Amino acid sequence: MPKMNMVEALNLALDQNLANDDRVCVLGEDVAVDGGVFRVTKGLLEKYGEDRVIDTPLAEGAIIGAAVGMAVYGLRPVAEIQFSGFTLQAFDQIEQNMARLRHRSHGRYPISMVMRAPYGGGIRAVEHHSESREAYWAHTPGLKVVIPSGPRSARDLLHAAIDDSDPVIFYEPKALYRAFREDVPDQPQKIAIGKAQIARQGTDITLIAYGAMMRPALEAAQDLKDLHSIEAEVIDLLSISPMDTQTLVDSVSKTGRCVVVHEGPRCCGIAAEIIARINEHAFEHLLAPIKRVTGHDIHFPYFQCEQHYLPDADTIIEAANETLQYE
Amino acid sequence: MTPSAPELAVKSSHIPRRPKITPPKPRKDISTPTIALGEIPNLQILNEKGEISDPSHEPKLEAAELLRIYRAMVLTRKLDTRMLTMQRQGEMGTFAPGMGQEATQIGQIYPLTKKDWFAPSYRSFGAQLWRGWTIEGLMLLWAGFFEGFEVPEGVNDLPFSIVVGSHVPLAGGIAIGIKQRRDDAVVVTNFGDGAISQGAVNEAFNFAAVYKAPVVFVCENNGYAISMPTDKQVATPDLARRGPGFGVPAIRVDGNDVLAMIVATTEAVQMARAGDGPSLIEAVTYRMSLHTTADDPKVYRRDEEVEQWQAKCPIARFEKYLMNKGLLDPQAIGRLGDECEQEVLEARTRFRERAKAKPREVFDMMYEELPPELEQQKREYLAKLDRKGVQ
Repeated sequence: MPKMNMVEALNLALDQNLANDDRVCVLGEDVAVDGGVFRVTKGLLEKYGEDRVIDTPLAEGAIIGAAVGMAVYGLRPVAEIQFSGFTLQAFDQIEQNMARLRHRSHGRYPISMVMRAPYGGGIRAVEHHSESREAYWAHTPGLKVVIPSGPRSARDLLHAAIDDSDPVIFYEPKALYRAFREDVPDQPQKIAIGKAQIARQGTDITLIAYGAMMRPALEAAQDLKDLHSIEAEVIDLLSISPMDTQTLVDSVSKTGRCVVVHEGPRCCGIAAEIIARINEHAFEHLLAPIKRVTGHDIHFPYFQCEQHYLPDADTIIEAANETLQYE
Repeated sequence: MTPSAPELAVKSSHIPRRPKITPPKPRKDISTPTIALGEIPNLQILNEKGEISDPSHEPKLEAAELLRIYRAMVLTRKLDTRMLTMQRQGEMGTFAPGMGQEATQIGQIYPLTKKDWFAPSYRSFGAQLWRGWTIEGLMLLWAGFFEGFEVPEGVNDLPFSIVVGSHVPLAGGIAIGIKQRRDDAVVVTNFGDGAISQGAVNEAFNFAAVYKAPVVFVCENNGYAISMPTDKQVATPDLARRGPGFGVPAIRVDGNDVLAMIVATTEAVQMARAGDGPSLIEAVTYRMSLHTTADDPKVYRRDEEVEQWQAKCPIARFEKYLMNKGLLDPQAIGRLGDECEQEVLEARTRFRERAKAKPREVFDMMYEELPPELEQQKREYLAKLDRKGVQ
């Protein structure tokens, strides 16, 4: 089984889907000849030709609008927006057409397409290259939003996203693109969008995270065990919308304590939604208020300060300790 | 007693004097080329009196075809008028009348076949009817019933979107798909003069040109974007010239001349089908009625202006042409008008039979399959309807 980083795993997923389904095509800025600025689409042009691996003019709104039109025509486009900060240029097309056309057409035109975009901090980038705005899309009816946390989940989730009959926002934690390698089997594991994964079993507290925040969450869980003999259960959300409420509720019903971690701003962030759902379904099991470890409600700091802004294992451990000591 | 004027007026002494601008002298050391805008061709075949003004372009259509076109324009007008009455009587929601734009509407859609695609703006009754949308469907839609949006079987059209110009990139996307599949279908999309200012429309021009996508852009310049006249919307003397800047060939057509619209669109569709890429047709027409039924045009335009355009009515003009050809007489005109009116009234009956809100279906068509959280919300919502006794 080859060990791959996330870029290679995503490339494999695109390659296999292009090979297996001639409706699948890839479009975006610099995706063809250049192979994408992060090289996720490297080599695809040579294999599948310029009709299916399409370099586009620099206009994010038209990339998404064109992809929606292609989906109406019956293709399965995978559109890349070079950085998630530029998806805001396409906000209107995402909200007006990508999310709504199935509904507006009374079911005639299901929009089976994927919008891929690298998101999140940690790569010492310029303004608009580090944001985590997944909450915008989770707030938009008609979309699905998924975020992998490593090479394997990236590959399996991208297969699931391309297969899906509804439009999927696929956010790639760019800090993880080349951060580590995992075994990636030849064939994808079939996973359903909307399912979380228990990344580590535990009984004392639940840590919920996704994307690049899975690594500090898992590191915190290991330290909690090594230093304090605390058994933390770590949940990898994977699907932001729809959200796997059941897995979250089951875990917190068992542990009674919970910390939610994400990079994005706190106000109306994904943690707020998670906490609301736990309150609705597992309130009587709670032993302490749920803590949030998130980005702050400020613009993402310029990169010399980003390591202080981003949640880390220490902050998660502190929050876990406060939760554990609550009486 | 006359109240004394409040001291609001700025005293003239407070107004800063504008410095006199001396135009810069042309440089002698650098010889500049002439920077200029290109010329755009114009097309009119039928003048305002219903006479052929350009015999070389008069299409050789059979009598039955000419009468079919005329009838479609009359039916469009009848529907428009009836919908306005229904709206004033409280039976219709806010809608966008298209009176005066019938020639533009029918002309742009005439050359399309069933396999072709149409991505309309919201002011597109005539073209939608021609494509196969039903009158009662359009009534349902504008009266706020979701099922009106259902695209009829066998019709390759997008349901219109309300955000101005936002559907135009989709037309380009469909055309890119057509090209990828080596299909020989084409796409026609229309939008108004206001939409020409939207980024989405300009991005769509560029995409279509870069990919030589088989799409025809029809800009219905009806003089106003709500209250904003076209000459304040843009600084250019026409809208067609937006095309060549993107590599999209363009023509400016008398949009109240249905023959000119048919000829221009036929050529544009042929170009697209032959693989020669997109084109832009600016149809110069006039919104004789309201922007929407919530609009009062008296605020921003003079009655005399409207009267001038009434004299250019696209239906009256085509009627004269057909009468001169001996294809229509006053009795036939009356009979055809009554027939169309009857068709609209019969559709209104069907509309009334179907005009029942279905609040239990609001969660439908959101996703292929409702996620568990939405299933839960749906149960809560249906329980609320049950408590209130809503069926």
